[in-house]
Order: sequence, then structure tokens, then C-alpha cells
Amino acid sequence: MSAMHGSHSILPLRVRGLGLTLDGARLINDVSFDIPPRSRTVVIGPNGAGKSLLLRLCHGLLAPSEGDISWSGPAASDGRKRHAMVFQRPVMLRRSALANLTHALALAGLPLRERNARAEAALERFGLGALAHRPARVLSGGEQQRLAIARAWALRPELLFLDEPTSALDPAATRAIEAMIATIHAEGVAIVMTTHDLGQARRHADEVLFLHRGRIVERSPAYAFFERPATPEARAFVAGELVW
Amino acid sequence: MEAGPFATAFHLLATFDATLAQIVGLSLRVTISAVALAALIGLPLGAALALARFPGRAAVIVLVNALMGLPPVVAGLVVYLLLSRSGPLGSLGLLFTPTAMIVAQTALILPIVISLTRQVIEDLWAEYEEQLRSLGSSRMRAIPTLLLDARFALTTVLLAGLGRAIAEVGAVLIVGGNIAGHTRTMTTAIALETSRGDLALALALGIILVGLTILLNGAAFAASRIGRRMTG
Repeated sequence: MSAMHGSHSILPLRVRGLGLTLDGARLINDVSFDIPPRSRTVVIGPNGAGKSLLLRLCHGLLAPSEGDISWSGPAASDGRKRHAMVFQRPVMLRRSALANLTHALALAGLPLRERNARAEAALERFGLGALAHRPARVLSGGEQQRLAIARAWALRPELLFLDEPTSALDPAATRAIEAMIATIHAEGVAIVMTTHDLGQARRHADEVLFLHRGRIVERSPAYAFFERPATPEARAFVAGELVW
Repeated sequence: MEAGPFATAFHLLATFDATLAQIVGLSLRVTISAVALAALIGLPLGAALALARFPGRAAVIVLVNALMGLPPVVAGLVVYLLLSRSGPLGSLGLLFTPTAMIVAQTALILPIVISLTRQVIEDLWAEYEEQLRSLGSSRMRAIPTLLLDARFALTTVLLAGLGRAIAEVGAVLIVGGNIAGHTRTMTTAIALETSRGDLALALALGIILVGLTILLNGAAFAASRIGRRMTG
């Protein structure tokens, strides 16, 4: 997958001293980390730790109060994003599933004649071809989330942000979403995902960022984090005792 | 014995009275043209007002909201002054023509279309903003996306405009002049027949006008129902 982007990768992403203050509240505080190519990072932490804010900052939806978010390569100055995001509750436009994808491709600047083929290929890739001409808004929550991931994949990102992609879904839909994420990662796309599901974090993390009150308390390889949490906060969280 | 209003209305419809057909046709032509024009101008302007950020935006919103209550006679008077022989657009010779009536009704309902569109699009943007910005949409690029997605709510906005335009008498009376066979509409005819004392005929025309309005709204409702079922 990343071969399509030529030799100029936007990764690694380097985040240094990132801070966000809104209405006097310090929500993200001195956060630094790297996202290497093809990596899988899972951001976990209690409710209100700032997981979603961190993703929005990296994706460019929020402007940081301090610190740097720097992408690699000459694409850093390019307006076209090569990172995509899937939200907890994706917004589908009131049109067909296929048209939702072609709309996103139009926004990404893909020429008109290429949009349909790319959109259809994305739906087929994830077994959503049968839904192509159904109105996207009447699909089930699980189908809409799969469509949202197919839409993000169609943009051929190098890095995919997922903000609690399965927290509103039932177990079957969650399995389907996790399979999609695994497929996309196997193609070489880096994954940064937040979740409150520790099982999901174990299944999908190479590296864990443990966030607590806007700070990274622990940043370690997944096996180390789950086997031997280094900090008391992380130990309490893994044991299910730290929720807030 | 004088016929009652319902009997008169029925008689007018049953005999397909040519004068009546002409009046009904002109009313529909003027009002539907005005709604179409107001939609063409007001939907994009309303959406732009919802999404653009500029100094004085709040004042513009308050002004447009206030103009929703513009008295039809005042709208008519302003258009009259613009189109009268000595007015800035007098050379066009439009006064006392159906075109002048369309212009006056467009001016009358434009604030309604702009104002309600702004509210609808602003609410939808609040829901869509993150997703659209994530996909790379600028605020201005979001205008067509949001207008299309808000189509069912905007149908109701246009029906509000239609209702105001088809019901008003002041603006079309001033700029049209209620000339028989030329600029006489349902509402000006009702006003005239009432002042002449032919209350049954006036009421019959009123019944037909209300019936027409119900028909138009029913058609729009059905269209939007079918559309919603097909596209979610």
C-alpha cells in the first residue's frame, strides 16, 4: 500500500511537547511520541484522559496550544492529507453508500472519471458491494462504521486514526471492524486507535500510549505494558480499577 | 336566491370559467416563479451566511430575521419606487406587469428563505463539521454538500415562502395594479370582490385559493416523503 505513495512517506509522525488548553483547562499536557511507518499504536486511558483530543490534534481538526506535530517528507507542506480518520459515530451523507465514497474522493481531489471505480473497488474490498446503492443513512450502525472505514481506506491513507471505532457496536459488528483494521494494517497502513476495550488493545497494539489527565503516563510495547505496567496508574487501569 | 360561496366555487370550477382560469394561472405563475427565484438566490446565500465568518455577521443575521416580517405593502412600495417611471429601473417599463409582481414577491420571501436556510444549514454543519473537515472539505466547499443533505428540511423552508407569497395581496396590488386580464391574481380579485360587495364570489375565490395551497403542499409533502424513503 505505501508503495503507492512513492518514496516520500509522511511517516514517521513526530509529536513533541504537545499541549491543548481550552477555556483555561489544560486538557493535553506536554505529550511527545513518534508514529513510525506501518506501526500500530493504541491510545488507552480512563474516560476524559484526552484520547480523542489527541487524535483530533494529530489529524488537524484542532489546533494545539503548544508543541509541534510534524509529518515527514515534502508532503508535510502539501495540503492534501495522507492520513484519514474514522470517528466513533461516523457521519454518512443522505445519499447512497457508493455516493458517500465518491463524495469523499471528490474532496480528496480525485478526477471525476476515477472516482466510481475506486469507490466500487473499496466497497468490494470489504464485502460491502451489495450495499453500494442502498441509502447510507438507513444502514445499521455496524454497516455504517464498516462503510466509514471503507471510505477512509479509499483515500489510500498512510496512517489511519480510529477514535473508539467499535464502542457503539455489538460483538459481531466489532469483530467485523477489527478484521477490517487488521486487513488495512496488513497492507502497510499505520494505525492509531483509541479504545476503552482492553481486549481490543491487546489484539491490536504494537505500542501502547497510556494517557491519564492529558499526560502520557506510560508509553511502551504492548506486551510489556500488559504484562508489567510500570506505573501505579497503569497497573490500576489494567486491573480495571481506574476508570476516571 | 343568491348562491352560497361553496356553490359558487363549485360552479366556477365546474364550468371552468375562463376568467377564473386566467386569474388562477397568473397567481400560480407569479408565486411559483418568485419561489423559484428566491430559492435560487436564497438557498446559497443562506448557506453562505451559516458558514462564512465575517465582521458584522451577527448584524446581518438580525436584519434578515427582521425582514421576515416585512409588510407586503412595504415590499410592494419599495419595488414600486424602483420600477416607477422616475425610479432607477423605470426605463425597463416593468411596472404593472406580472414581472414586477414576481420581483416584489421574490423580495418579500427572500428573507424567509435566507433566514430559515441559515438556521437549517448551521444545525447540519454542527453535526457534519468534523467529518467533512476530516475529509478535506473547506467551509465553502461544504455549502453544496449541506444543501443537498438538508433537502427535506429545505423543502419546508420553500413551502413557508410559497405560503407567504400565494397569500399576500399588498405587494402584487401595488406593483401589479390589479388590472383585469393582465395582473389580477386570486388575492387581488378577492379584495376587489369584497369591496364591491360580492361576498359569495370573494369567498368562492378564497375557497379555491386555500384548496390550491393545500394541493401544492400535499404534492410537496408526497414528493419529500418518497424522496426520503428512497434516500434515507
